[in-house]
Amino acid sequence: MTQELTIELTINEKSYQRSIPVRLTLADFLRHELNLTGTHVGCEHGVCGACTVLVDGRTQRACLTLAVQADGSSITTIEGLATGEELGPLQQAFMDQHALQCGFCTPGMLTTLTEFLSENPDPTDAEVRIAISGNLCRCTGYENIVRAALQAARTLRETTPGASTPMQVDALDTDHARAQHARGAQQ
Amino acid sequence: MKPSPFTYHRPTSIETTVALLAQFDDTKILAGGQSLMPMMNYRYVAPEHIIDINRVSELSGVKISGDTIRIGAMTRQRELKEHPALAALCPLINSALEWVGHIATRNRGTVGGSLSHLDPAAELPAVFTALDATLEVQSLRGTRQIPMLRWAQGYMTPDLEEDELLCAISFTSPARGHGYGFHEFARRHGDFALAAAAACIELDSSGLVQKVAIALAGVDMVPVRLSAAEQSLVGQAPELDLINAAAACASAVAGLEDVHASASYRQRIAVVMTRRAITDAVARANQEQVA
Repeated sequence: MTQELTIELTINEKSYQRSIPVRLTLADFLRHELNLTGTHVGCEHGVCGACTVLVDGRTQRACLTLAVQADGSSITTIEGLATGEELGPLQQAFMDQHALQCGFCTPGMLTTLTEFLSENPDPTDAEVRIAISGNLCRCTGYENIVRAALQAARTLRETTPGASTPMQVDALDTDHARAQHARGAQQ
Repeated sequence: MKPSPFTYHRPTSIETTVALLAQFDDTKILAGGQSLMPMMNYRYVAPEHIIDINRVSELSGVKISGDTIRIGAMTRQRELKEHPALAALCPLINSALEWVGHIATRNRGTVGGSLSHLDPAAELPAVFTALDATLEVQSLRGTRQIPMLRWAQGYMTPDLEEDELLCAISFTSPARGHGYGFHEFARRHGDFALAAAAACIELDSSGLVQKVAIALAGVDMVPVRLSAAEQSLVGQAPELDLINAAAACASAVAGLEDVHASASYRQRIAVVMTRRAITDAVARANQEQVA
């Protein structure tokens, strides 16, 4: 019964408590309140997929979630997908395969594929295309993104015993994450 | 901020939710948010009160007792897609969910949300139309049971009063050994269907059609049952010519016209989707009989 609420949540393994307006979307909360600008905002009505984040391990459109709805949850954003200085296998594959040009769709692609590969360790080309059908890229024509996803799947199968365990997700401080993002965008 | 200001309510029971619906004017129920949130971000809608039912746990889950299946309105599309007992009893639902949005939207999107939003292209309302499902709504005034065919009153208009909450949908599982088929044509996987067809068929021991249900999505303003096609199949051996003739009934359905497709194009796709759905359903029912 309110227009402002205090929420507590974990983002990239760091705890936050904030008092926020109830009409703030999760995407704007991440970007404007926490400066986690790796989560991109494209269409703001759930079509482009750029703002996709992992909430309790499952992908969601951050623009279609109110921040107050994330109260009590554990969120992984693009800033949480690398381990320190080292890129995760999926990020590395995107670099190797030139799977990004302008980089705008990349955060959503990476979070979407993180969930997908954790549940489908050995996907076909067609399955990857369906998995990213809710993420719009206007540069690459998807070919290299699909190649990168398949490379990451191979790497994960080789390095992860059992191959069905979700990728390791570690916290990152935001300054480092921003540097990382800037580096990624230059590729 | 994208949505205009509103007062936020977060009830944890059906009782509190219907009390809030009765107490306030200009309310909107927020379920998975995959349709309402875009509309609020666009400010197509600007409700004064948002009643978020994501923490009303009694609204989610699938209950199977005998051959009756009851699906709570807050059951996520993903949860429904991954329900092994439901997939065994009624695989049509699972097959249709492949076409519903994307992983990220199915993670949030709910059964009740899809039924209440009632987009003409939505797969789930068409599937539940084929299954002769019944919806259960509740308000402070009491409970109502509404058959799926009456639920869709017009373009995106469910038979739901302002003080009512959609709680569940239930249906009798198709007989063991039935065949099913679901086919859709969309411009891109996960996009709105230009036409989709769902079919469910039961054959008797001599291979004649005993019971059949066919429904379309994306063609008319509401989900449509193809009664004429069904009648032409009952009691007959489902041979190729008969299936083609039955599928042709889809061309008589009034077609929506928009930037993506003309009415006549939609009708032609509807015929093809219907033919494929019936053909799959017959093949699967035959396989079940051999097995």
